[in-house]
Amino acid sequence: MSKQINVALIGNPNTGKTSVFNALTGLNQKVGNYPGITVEKKEGICKLARGVKAHIIDLPGTYSLNASSLDENVVIELLLNKNDKDFPDIAVVVTDVENLKRNLLLFTQIKDLEIPTVLVINMADRMSYKGISLDIDYLEKKLNTKIALISTRKNEGIDTLKQLISNYKEVSVTPCIDTTQIDTEYFGNLKKAFPNQLLYKLWLVITQDVNFGKTDRNEIDAVANFKTKSKGDLKRLQQKETIKRYQFINNALDKGQTVDLSQAKDLRIKLDRILTHKVWGYAIFGIILLTIFQAIYDWSSIPMDFIDSAFASFSEWTKNMLPQGAFTNLLAEGIIPGLGGIVIFIPQIAFLFLFIAVLEESGYMSRVVFLMDRIMRRFGLSGKSVVPLISGTACAIPAIMATRNIESWKERLITILVTPFTTCSARLPVYLIIIALVIPEGRILGLSYQALTLMLLYLIGFGTAILSAYILNKILKIKSKTFFVIEMPNYKLPLFKNVALTVIEKTKSFIFGAGKIILAISIILWFLASYGPGEQFNNAEDIVKTEYASENLSFEALQQKIASHKLEHSFIGIAGHAIEPTIRPLGYDWKIGIAIVSSFAAREVFVGTLATIYSVGSDEEETIKNRMAGEVNPILGGPLFTFASGISLLLFYAFAMQCMSTLAIVKKETNSWKWPILQLVIMTAFAYIVALIAFQFLK
Amino acid sequence: MQDTLAHLKRGERGIITDVSSPNIPLKLLEMGCLPGNLVELLQVAPFQDPMYLNINGSHLAIRKETASLILIEKVAHE
Repeated sequence: MSKQINVALIGNPNTGKTSVFNALTGLNQKVGNYPGITVEKKEGICKLARGVKAHIIDLPGTYSLNASSLDENVVIELLLNKNDKDFPDIAVVVTDVENLKRNLLLFTQIKDLEIPTVLVINMADRMSYKGISLDIDYLEKKLNTKIALISTRKNEGIDTLKQLISNYKEVSVTPCIDTTQIDTEYFGNLKKAFPNQLLYKLWLVITQDVNFGKTDRNEIDAVANFKTKSKGDLKRLQQKETIKRYQFINNALDKGQTVDLSQAKDLRIKLDRILTHKVWGYAIFGIILLTIFQAIYDWSSIPMDFIDSAFASFSEWTKNMLPQGAFTNLLAEGIIPGLGGIVIFIPQIAFLFLFIAVLEESGYMSRVVFLMDRIMRRFGLSGKSVVPLISGTACAIPAIMATRNIESWKERLITILVTPFTTCSARLPVYLIIIALVIPEGRILGLSYQALTLMLLYLIGFGTAILSAYILNKILKIKSKTFFVIEMPNYKLPLFKNVALTVIEKTKSFIFGAGKIILAISIILWFLASYGPGEQFNNAEDIVKTEYASENLSFEALQQKIASHKLEHSFIGIAGHAIEPTIRPLGYDWKIGIAIVSSFAAREVFVGTLATIYSVGSDEEETIKNRMAGEVNPILGGPLFTFASGISLLLFYAFAMQCMSTLAIVKKETNSWKWPILQLVIMTAFAYIVALIAFQFLK
Repeated sequence: MQDTLAHLKRGERGIITDVSSPNIPLKLLEMGCLPGNLVELLQVAPFQDPMYLNINGSHLAIRKETASLILIEKVAHE
């Protein structure tokens, strides 16, 4: 029999659900999207005994089946659709031993759907530390389930869980609560109307918008009795239901769990006293941010220099080793520099994701939300906007998706609209190369000028995001209530495995996602730069030779002239010249123009484009940076990349909306074209004006 | 006038007496903010907002405007 057991991992956020998932599946996992929506779908395969395999889905964390966000909705949609191919044979509810009472609420709800459910009590290693002891046999009997006591940190209990999954057919499906008890009259009538339906399932369908089995919903709507209940009435019933559930849980835990408070040591209180302090809290947050930027700039420069020169030699080597021809040129001048333009940013992107993962895993991120909420609200944002704004420094796409847990629509919309101003990792390559060109080396207080410039650019990004939020808050007339609730999880030492997997996963998706676009554009650009129409291109050699006949040029110098003449009259050169008048006031030449235009697909294309354009026709083995430093301004003479044009370019990239994928995500999340189009037009126009002012002022 | 959660000072405790205001999110109730449960104010951000609470063993933070909808009875510290 080859059927896999479908397992759904469900649990509150911060219960270590993902650790359990990682422990079960190891590297056998993949991350995708649920069809039609952008919620991340994590699934994996776990090998059980005797060749049986389990297909495991790590569902988004949720506090209850009463969904209040798109992510949470995924959970309920799956659990209500028996026909879904992922419908679980067994649900594994993961709980944190320190928050057992609250975590069990979700457990009772899932059990009431009559799905075989087992309970994982995670972080068992903290029990003695917290003075908690559990009577597992008693709890199993009271809760009518099987329990696996797990410590993913110490790698204990995973085998027990695998065993429970293998024996899923023996797991009880008895509900915890008799739904009719919540309100005998209402649920009695409901039962009479739909004798064949599971009462709790009906109740979930009535109280929220789930799309399961459309017929069921229509039937319910048809029954006038159930429609007459006002929202307030329904909520009162939900409150009653919650109380009933806690009664059930308390009843089980009264004897099943004992907590000896004298044994409990609480590091949380001590840490919170400092980390959420009115002064120290903010100071520490500032220091952490500063460290991150120093790391991204300084520490990753060593592997980056290495990668840069390695690709330059590789390209040179290919040219020398392969027979001459168009293919070799494509490889050496188009593909290899293009690939180099992607690979070089791995160190930085990995660093950034590493820091974000550590901040999230350790529980510190919630403290930042707490500290920032009041300040952010002044600008029409929520404390929860901090997480998107910080993740936005990695990539705006996951950041915009991370706005989903912001309860107020207005605060969420503003966050979505301003997040693209934060400095994403795609801007980083552009910043780094230009900073290296135009900002002098040297240090002040142990921080390099270059790192400080980078930090300043990040601050400008944040500053603009927050200022535009302030303006949007004044302009947008949207009424919405705030339902701000955030859990403050206990501090945890991040698990190496979890952090490593996140970093690998995110870096991989950047490289393959962005990499594909960069590579494709590099190849197209190479063609456009290597071919051209008309006499000027095809007879470049003769034209140049005649022009310089009187001067006694060396062979190399002549070849150089021919190459640049060709480039200028290639397809790309013609296009570049066409847009040059619009960008000249900003201090750019037509080559930068090409790079900016191709950047509208994705910003990180900029460096790759310049690498491709500059390497076409150049014979010497040189790094991208050296080639750019050697560029001469066609009008003013002198280096093209001066302080003025460099700053102007930096500012242009800081503000312009140059990312198709972000626009697509904004369209999806706001469900309208209005917002992404406004973003594109306003941000880009603003970028142009600021870059113009900067160049004219500084030149 | 009855005390609400927003009246607590840092380190003070109370027993929740009423959460029937329609503007209290269901999620908060599900996290244990129910009548009869003990609540302690652990920490406040500047301007007393948001408030970091321990409700029935759950550690969470809510805004002052939500806190002011939750009626409590203060408990003297032992």
